[in-house]
Amino acid sequence: MDKDTLKKEIREFIVDTFLFGEGADSFTDTDSFMQTGIVDSTGILEVTGFIEEKFNFSIENEEMTPVNLDSVDNLVTFISKKVNG
Amino acid sequence: MEFHKDVLNIDAEKVCDTICTQIRSQLKNDMHKTGAVVGISGGIDSSVVAALCVKALGPKRVFGVMMPEKDSADESKSLAEVLAEHFGFDTTLESIYDGCEGLGVYNKRDEAIKQVFPDYQPTWKSKIITPTNLLEKETFNFFTVVVETDTGEIREERLPLKPYLQIVAATNYKQRLRMTTLYYHAEKRNWAVMGTGNKDEHMQGFFVKYGDGGTDLKPIAHLYKIQVFQLARYLGVPKEIVDRIPTTDTYSSEVTQEEFFYGLDFYRMDMLWHAMENNVPKEKAAEVLDLTVEQVERAFYNIQRKITATEYLRMEPLEIKG
Repeated sequence: MDKDTLKKEIREFIVDTFLFGEGADSFTDTDSFMQTGIVDSTGILEVTGFIEEKFNFSIENEEMTPVNLDSVDNLVTFISKKVNG
Repeated sequence: MEFHKDVLNIDAEKVCDTICTQIRSQLKNDMHKTGAVVGISGGIDSSVVAALCVKALGPKRVFGVMMPEKDSADESKSLAEVLAEHFGFDTTLESIYDGCEGLGVYNKRDEAIKQVFPDYQPTWKSKIITPTNLLEKETFNFFTVVVETDTGEIREERLPLKPYLQIVAATNYKQRLRMTTLYYHAEKRNWAVMGTGNKDEHMQGFFVKYGDGGTDLKPIAHLYKIQVFQLARYLGVPKEIVDRIPTTDTYSSEVTQEEFFYGLDFYRMDMLWHAMENNVPKEKAAEVLDLTVEQVERAFYNIQRKITATEYLRMEPLEIKG
């Protein structure tokens, strides 16, 4: 999956799950989910569950970090690295 | 402001007098209640609150309720009895075990654990914990379920969302059953239910909404945990209670509050939080606490995130505006 498609899928998931399908333009790809308040710590578990199921890999405990999971761009980079090795 | 190692030391006598004056005034003037009911667990917070109530109202206007269940430690009851005898107030024992069984608390929890460990048996011990390395690495507060099999083997696995939520929802029944029990004893006396949460629990959300958070008055919700310890010593709370390591007393395996929720020892957490609240430069906080600036930044981030994420717990029911 190319990065643009990946980004689109992540955005769709975030907007559908946490914003009731509204306000897709209310956050940028680099905005922190936590700092903008879109996703809280429980929501991060929802994000990780989505990623693990959708992309069929396990996220290790040490990978549960903001650097990997706390923005659309961070997720794209993390998933690409995991999927492509 | 000046920030040093003893900055959170309190004038215990003065703090105690202020709290006692307000307990009397709030009960009498705001609530028209004539006494205080306290759930006593043998832990330091409920012990300090009970001692404060005795000091404010006298022992005859204080009633302690012990509410153990299957996963409570035996010493919770014995230490609560030591406390009541020491301060001279009456108590009752109200096991919530039957209530928990009737509501399926243990079955619902075990069903969730089985989603992670399919061979889990109800005879195994279990607990859930969070990362305790928050100074070392910026990490999210995910939960890990730890089980101990009948043969003593320890296994652990990070909890996915669904079983995590179910375990929390099931175990939260316990605090909510305790809340209704306390209100029974309070209402039949026209007394108030006292909250036992300290500032750490109240602001970082380490309580159950409408469970242990469901009370009439919160006498120590403005005090850091390390200040509660100071108050305990001033009030003469028995040493074995002061020295007991704070646990959740909610899971069958013993789990400290540090590993369950805070991820830091109380002294450093309270000092870092105080520094954050008072805009102490990170470099100064790092120097006083013998940490790196990066560690201070991680702690600030973690504490602030918990405060923000748990605003819902402290929120009153919202009404439609318009």
